[in-house]
This record gives sequence, structure tokens and C-alpha cells, in this order.
Amino acid sequence: MISLDDLVSAQDRLIACPQCDALHLVEDLTETESASCARCGTLLIAPRARSFLHVVALSFTAMILMVGAVFFPFLKISTKGLSHDSSVFGAAMTFSDGLLAPLSLAVLLMIVALPVLRFTALIYTLWPLANGRAPWPQAARAFRLAEATLPWSMAEIFVIGTAVALVKVAGLATVSLGPAFWAFCALIIVVALKNSFMSKWTIWNAISQPR
Amino acid sequence: MERHQSAALVAPILTARDAGLVGCRGCGRVWPQGTPTCGRCGARLVPVDVRGLQAVWAWLIAGLIFYVPANLYPMLLTKTLTGHLENTILGGVIELLAHHNYGVAAIVFGASIVIPIGKFIAIAYLALAVGNERRAGGHRHLRLYEVVEFIGRWSMIDVFVVAILSALVQLGFVATINPGPAAASFALSVAFTMLSAQSFDPRLIWRGPPDTAGNK
Repeated sequence: MISLDDLVSAQDRLIACPQCDALHLVEDLTETESASCARCGTLLIAPRARSFLHVVALSFTAMILMVGAVFFPFLKISTKGLSHDSSVFGAAMTFSDGLLAPLSLAVLLMIVALPVLRFTALIYTLWPLANGRAPWPQAARAFRLAEATLPWSMAEIFVIGTAVALVKVAGLATVSLGPAFWAFCALIIVVALKNSFMSKWTIWNAISQPR
Repeated sequence: MERHQSAALVAPILTARDAGLVGCRGCGRVWPQGTPTCGRCGARLVPVDVRGLQAVWAWLIAGLIFYVPANLYPMLLTKTLTGHLENTILGGVIELLAHHNYGVAAIVFGASIVIPIGKFIAIAYLALAVGNERRAGGHRHLRLYEVVEFIGRWSMIDVFVVAILSALVQLGFVATINPGPAAASFALSVAFTMLSAQSFDPRLIWRGPPDTAGNK
């Protein structure tokens, strides 16, 4: 049995599961291994080969796709000789008059601003690390920000919402999909890939290690 | 240490709290109890404590309050050649059913009615059940918490549908769709319930007696 004093002295080699508080001793993992909590199964550490570089590359990809998704035409509707098109920006701005104005801002935040903020923070944190250099100042704050925006970035939900809206409109008029719609679809895949390459424990270790 | 007969309930796992440590929920690093912020990632260190449940209840009640107008007021205001239509959330689902769009009706019904109500019940149940049971039984509750956290954001889908429809369908006298006041209260309700789920500390699930009852 390990005594409590031993535990305290081995503090920097301990990890407490964020979901259930169970203590584990950290072992050095190879790049193909991963560690999960013995009690609740939450993934704790997953170092992947060159994962920093992957995350940086995918974040850049996501940024470029986001530019296309915001500024290219998103959807176009036409019936009886009339037509109207809308960009993603336009969709967010539909709430902009009257009492619903704050909702416009919130939608814009959730589908554009927060994802962009997250990509920027990730690139800022991981770019020097991927190149084997010391982290830039405030890297810890940037990465914490990136983690905090995660539940509020809702680009993928927006795309499913588009699908529902299309079915609702289908009876009323003809709808054609613009390039921004496909950019958004690609964006979802890139973001999902990027998130699967991230290991918080590994990144935090790299940020805090002086080199 | 003496072990009791009911082996299945014995949890041989030491928590950071039992060891007099506090674990960082951001990065997993452990610190001596009483440390204010994590020295590695800078996050505030929160000890495992039922007082955190007050925030859970507060956000949950706020979410419940905003869910009422979200259902009473119209979500969509539709003007077509044939007339003027105001749709509540449930009205939209019924209309989809009438047009035989069963799949989409199911998505909207699930995202705007089943998921929010299920979430209210699940969070309230977790907040009440926490700490009342032995640790080995916590897996069920943790699973429930993970589902609630994962699924909560998806309720926002209806707000996006309203946004897209209103931006797109602006065809003058032929057809115009505008957002109704329910869109804002529904968005707020979803956001508050998300905050409620986020302020719930899943470590509380495992806060019960460290061993079987006979060991205390």
C-alpha cells in the first residue's frame, strides 16, 4: 500500500480524473498507447505521434474553410420567378431588428466567432511547441480559453439545422446549396478530426515544461 | 484496512479528496488541499463540495422559467399569399407531421421538446441523488451526466432553423418568414441548462462513503 506521504511527494506524477477524482500514477506512454481512468473510463492521456503538428495544420484548414463559409453564398431560394439568397452572416443577422438583436449576436458568436477564437488560440499555443521551441507568453491562458469555448462552438449543430430548414422550405420553393454550405460540411469533419488529435495532459505538460 | 464481505461494493480506488489533495479539473494535475489555483494551467481549483450544487439549481431554474414562454409564444411568423400563420414549437412539429415529414418532425420534436425536458429531469435527479449512495454504483450516474453534457448543445438546433428560415424566405408578398419572440427565450433556456450541466461537478457522484458501510 502506498502511504499518503509518498503520494504527496510524487505529486507531479499523479493525475486526478476530472470526472471522478480517482488518483492515478502517470506512466510514460509510447505514442500509440493511451490511458483511461480505471474507475469511470474517461480518457486521461493520449499522446499521438506528432499530434501538435496535426492540430495546428487542421486549425489552419478550419480557419480557411470558415472564411469561405462566412462570405460565399450559403443558400438560395427561388419560386415563381422570385429569388432570395442568404449568406451565413445573413442568417445570423435575421434577429438583428428589435428585441431579438442580442440573439443575433449570440448566433454569430456560436457559429463563427467562438470557433475562430478557438482555432486562433490553438494555433497560438501549439505552433511553437510543434516546432520544438518554448511556448509563447500566456500560452496557458490561450489554451484554457480554447478549452472553455469548446461546448459553445456549434458549427456542426448549425449544419444539421440547415438540413431541417431545407426540408421545411422544400414544399414552398426550390432551394439550391451554395459553396458556403459545403465549406461548412467540410469544416465539421476537420474540427472532429482536430479534436480527436488533442490530448490535454500532453499539451499541458509541454506548455509547463521549461526547455 | 478491513474489507467487508460484499466485495462488489468495495472501491479500492483512492480519490484525490481522500488523499488530502485537490485535482485540477482542467488539466488533471493534483495539488495539496487549499491551493487556490493550478500551478500548471492556471485554472481555479475547486474542492469537491456539495455547495457547488447551488449554482446547478440556480441555472436549472432559470432554464425552466425561460422554457415556459419558449413554448407559449410563436417561434415562426409566416406570411404567405393565403394568409398569416404563427407557429409555436409544438405547432411546427404538428405541421411537419401533417406534411408527412416524419423524420424531420422526429428531429425537431426530439431536439426542442424531449431533450430539454429530459435534461431538466436528469440534472435535477443527479443533483438530488449525489452523495446518497456508495461509490461503486456511480457508473450509472456518470453515464447519465455524460449524455446530458453531450446532448445539451443539440437543443440549439431549433434556433438555427428559425435563423436560416427567416434569412432565406424573404420573397416579398409570396412568402415571408420572421422569427418570433419564442426564439430568444428558447435560446436562453438552452444556454442556462448548458450552464447548469457545466456547473455540476461529476466528482460529487463519487463522494459517497469510501468503503462499504461496515468500514466506517
